[in-house]
Amino acid sequence: MAAVGQGPLAFVQGAGELAVFVGRTFAWMPRRPFRWAQLFRHLRDIGFGSLFIVVLTGFFTGLVFGFQTLQGFRRFGAEALVGPATLLTLSRELGPVLTGLMVAGRSGSGMATELGTMRVTEQIDALSTLAVEPMQYLVVPRVLAATLMMPLLTAIFTGFGFYGCYLIGVGREGIDPGVFFFETWQAADPDDFYEGWIKGAFFGAQISLISSWQGFRASGGARGVGEAATRAVVLSSVSILVGTYLLAELLDPLIHGYIWFDALPK
Amino acid sequence: MIRIVGVRKRFGDREVLKGIDLDIPRGSNLVILGGSGMGKSVLMKHIIGLLQPDEGQIIVDGEDISRMSPLQLKRVRGKFGMVFQNGALFDSMSNWDNVAFPLREHRRDLKGAALDERVRHLFQLFSLDPDVVGPRAPSEISGGQRKRVALARAVALDPAIVLYDEPTTGLDPITTDQVDEMILDAKRKLGVTSIVISHDIASAFKIADHIIFIYDGQIVVRGLKHEMLTSTHPFVQRFFATWTAKNV
Repeated sequence: MAAVGQGPLAFVQGAGELAVFVGRTFAWMPRRPFRWAQLFRHLRDIGFGSLFIVVLTGFFTGLVFGFQTLQGFRRFGAEALVGPATLLTLSRELGPVLTGLMVAGRSGSGMATELGTMRVTEQIDALSTLAVEPMQYLVVPRVLAATLMMPLLTAIFTGFGFYGCYLIGVGREGIDPGVFFFETWQAADPDDFYEGWIKGAFFGAQISLISSWQGFRASGGARGVGEAATRAVVLSSVSILVGTYLLAELLDPLIHGYIWFDALPK
Repeated sequence: MIRIVGVRKRFGDREVLKGIDLDIPRGSNLVILGGSGMGKSVLMKHIIGLLQPDEGQIIVDGEDISRMSPLQLKRVRGKFGMVFQNGALFDSMSNWDNVAFPLREHRRDLKGAALDERVRHLFQLFSLDPDVVGPRAPSEISGGQRKRVALARAVALDPAIVLYDEPTTGLDPITTDQVDEMILDAKRKLGVTSIVISHDIASAFKIADHIIFIYDGQIVVRGLKHEMLTSTHPFVQRFFATWTAKNV
């Protein structure tokens, strides 16, 4: 019986720990001194460091999405709509989700490994003894950097994805470029991009908080650090996939105005 | 003055500290002896507020730090410096930046040449060449050098209380003697309180004003050389008998 209860108990304990960690991070965020140097270092690491993989995955996602969508649309003679269909999907869902998964794999594991190593080698304790708050020095800049860079990376992903779709639609299938862009222009809505960027920012915060938390609770040497990195990637990835649905439900009425529209006097 | 009252700490099923009571007068040197895994480092982490006791109090200059918020602890920690067992140097920084780090954080008045001069002085204080060791990463120097860089970092802000977790382990005899002298000098000249965990018994007898011996989470002997060597506690007797046999 005890073994049966251990799983849920560990889950609740972990969720509680994470909630406290998130609370402490936001409590330290507005306090001085602001760690500008740390922030710029992580902006560079997360943003510039993830750029190549985001461009690559964005481009190939656009290629394959465009290719498969065309196969379906051809049955209805709607090949010209491949541009808007791809742009809508990339900007609202695939962009933030796949960018999040890439950043979780690259930067999330890196954060958990670096902070986990600092934990097991007592460097985090050393920071505390030097009267420097580790949450403020180590976690806050990472969370801010990931939250700021993810919308930008999402936009880049979407841009290169759309370029991949253009190459398939116009270059390979021979859709007239004018028609391709006209249809896209007609259907494109800035709100779709806002939704993707807001999701990206949320995913950035999720990845950095989960990965930092895993790093901070690492123990037991190199093996413990490795386990923390693995858990950081798995938990971040799952949280992105769960979060994208919850955010879609939340953001759709907010951004696309349905709540506000309904609230208006008739 | 540091007062430790009835401190107990448990990790899971294992009680690591079983009611520690201890007074450490200002400006004195306390050495903590004991076998491995007996709770020495855990006690030290309580004194600086890295761990909070399950029961009991840690009172530093009249303030109970065992129930303080992180913000309050940050203020109190300005009084402390700590040298970790393996140095705990920041491996993302050079040795120079490690030593300069506390000065950059807390001594905003020290800039440019004044900061450089202070860091050079700290390197030289521990027989380190700032031009050779300074630019290297902590992973590029020997264990003994790492320990000395950690010592330099710990005393950079002239703290009133310095905690040393095995400061001389891995050091050559000359540097060990220098570290002992530094601890004694800090007390004599600056009134610094030093709390030292050590397995180096010769160093302990040289620098200590008080020695406590911890066994199984409790203080089993208090005193100085005489009390240690004449203790009737079986583990303490074995501990010193082994040391005596090796040093005769």
